[in-house]
Amino acid sequence: MSLQLFIEQLLNGIQFGFMLFLMSAGLTLIFGVMGLINLAHGSFFMVGAFSASFIAGLTGNFFLAILASLIFPAIIGIMVEFSIIRKLYERDHLDQVLATFALILIFSESTRYVFGAFPLFLDIPKLLQGNILLPGEIIYSKYRLIIIIIGLFVAIGLYFLINRTLLGIQIKAGQNDRQMIRALGINISRLYTIVFAMGAALAGLAGALIGAIQSVEVGMGEPVLILAFVVIVIGGIGSIKGALIGALLIGVLDTMARLFLPIFFELIMENSQALSLGSSLASMSAYVLMALVLIFRPTGLFGKE
Amino acid sequence: MINKAISTALLFFLTISSLYADKVKVGMITTLSGGGSGLGIDIRDGFALAVKDEPNIEIISGDDQRKPDIAVQLADKMIQSDKVDIITGIVWSNLAMAVVPAVVNQGKFYLSPNAGPSLLAGKKCHKNYFNIAWQNDNLHEAAGGYASSIGFKNSFIIAPNYPAGKDALAGYKRYFKGSIESEVYTKLGQTDYAAEIAKIRASNADSVYFFLPGGMGIAFIKQFSQAAVDVPLVGPAFSFDQGILKAVGNAALGVKNTSQWSKDIENAENKKFVEDFQSAYGRLPSLYASQGYDTGKIIVSAMANASIKDMDAFREALRNAPSKGFKSTRGKFSFSSNHHPIQDIYVREVVEENGILTNKLISSGLIDHSNVYVDQCKM
Repeated sequence: MSLQLFIEQLLNGIQFGFMLFLMSAGLTLIFGVMGLINLAHGSFFMVGAFSASFIAGLTGNFFLAILASLIFPAIIGIMVEFSIIRKLYERDHLDQVLATFALILIFSESTRYVFGAFPLFLDIPKLLQGNILLPGEIIYSKYRLIIIIIGLFVAIGLYFLINRTLLGIQIKAGQNDRQMIRALGINISRLYTIVFAMGAALAGLAGALIGAIQSVEVGMGEPVLILAFVVIVIGGIGSIKGALIGALLIGVLDTMARLFLPIFFELIMENSQALSLGSSLASMSAYVLMALVLIFRPTGLFGKE
Repeated sequence: MINKAISTALLFFLTISSLYADKVKVGMITTLSGGGSGLGIDIRDGFALAVKDEPNIEIISGDDQRKPDIAVQLADKMIQSDKVDIITGIVWSNLAMAVVPAVVNQGKFYLSPNAGPSLLAGKKCHKNYFNIAWQNDNLHEAAGGYASSIGFKNSFIIAPNYPAGKDALAGYKRYFKGSIESEVYTKLGQTDYAAEIAKIRASNADSVYFFLPGGMGIAFIKQFSQAAVDVPLVGPAFSFDQGILKAVGNAALGVKNTSQWSKDIENAENKKFVEDFQSAYGRLPSLYASQGYDTGKIIVSAMANASIKDMDAFREALRNAPSKGFKSTRGKFSFSSNHHPIQDIYVREVVEENGILTNKLISSGLIDHSNVYVDQCKM
């Protein structure tokens, strides 16, 4: 294996990681601030992809489509928070799981009702098609590089938002002591709505960015959601930094395991078994990492004790 | 008031009289919601179109949500409380493996409109199990043969890590005479293929064969085309079907794929099917729809020759349907001794026709093709 191929795969892992970060950032904020387990987060991923595909079909403009993938999920997020989620904050986690699972079904079937059962079309713009030659003779997809850059910007933006703005201080305060922030006269329900809408918008953005290189179809959010939960468990629930590190870890580990485990097993056993065993273990790698983290740090890498 | 009374009475008599006719109850278990529902909906619609003029068929539908446990529950309910005679509809091989053995062992017929796992063709074949679509390996065997025939010598082959994926690559290798550059099994449901595509680019392969049904295939073709890798793709029809092509877009143009059906196969039955399907549902039919349609027509044909009350006679009628009135949309069709189709498998190319992406027949791949599991089946 050449060094170029290795670096290309590393970049692929990082790109996958940033995509997971966009999903898990919202998930971990919502859990950290409101104490809500939101299974319907994957639905916003789907809503983002469908709105982007719809707007791209109408206007033919990819950048408007990306904008739509932020705005529509945020609006729907606000509506859902107002009408349903708000009643769940005081309930226990089992009720939340049940209600947000119901939301998944409602979202999936309404999307199917509106757009039909067949996957939709969403392509990346001509400008971003093809590859770019990075220093060191590395060929890499322009579009995937853009995903990495967008992920980086979102990470930096969230860092400033949490650490340098009034809203960020309120979010942190909300994570630490909900009663006290209410006693200080801060409009907590408005804060909740904003956090929920922000999480929905980030998930929608991830859905649109990924929808352009994968398939825009009903139920596309749930597989990503499972990994996003693994990420926030590894990173520590409520921590944006944890979500970033956890997402990058999972992204790189998953990609590298897919590449190297089959090769590794070929060295020690017969070819067809090695392929099958290697790829089975590769798809388990994220969960193995999660189990290890839970053994040594039950609260996650950056979680509070 | 009196009208109402009369119509109620009429309805009452109608119900009674229909009790005396040999009504066939068909349980349709297929995927109608969530991911992959396009396939199930096409099978259901194709089937419904085939039996719409047959008053003695009653269809009871259930949505398996692509989950084996739900499919098993539906089958139990349909057999025990709805008392169906025939079950059909399942799209996925893993669901078929969970449902079919229980159904046929309880003395009901199962007619498969799609999945054809190797076990059900070989060691676990059953006299009450018929496959109307293909044995899982078939389209892949044709693809391997086609790849050799046009001079490919070194293939990179890729499929998901599950039974149908392994059947697929085994099928391709059975008929491909060249060497295999690399054989890759991905996670079922994986939608990011950056790592695999990088491997293809770095390899010396002169062709790529992939079996990635549903959303997996859409993702793969788009990413493969976006990565501008200069190696030709070959695939089975599943990734180039009508529902999929819309989502893949021009990335699929020119790709060769193998299928037992195509909308431009020349025969009266197929012409009527394509026209009727379009006017009934307002979209072009897919190969899944054609398989659902053929399944419906086989039942209609068997009903004309035997009563469902006599299981043995009805089984004979199903087996002999191809010579007694049943005409497949694919043209030539008969059953091998393990109740799987013997049929031609064609090579198609993705083309643009009046602004719509679709497939065109370019050659016949394998003629009168059966399956390799016939000898393993002891009925």
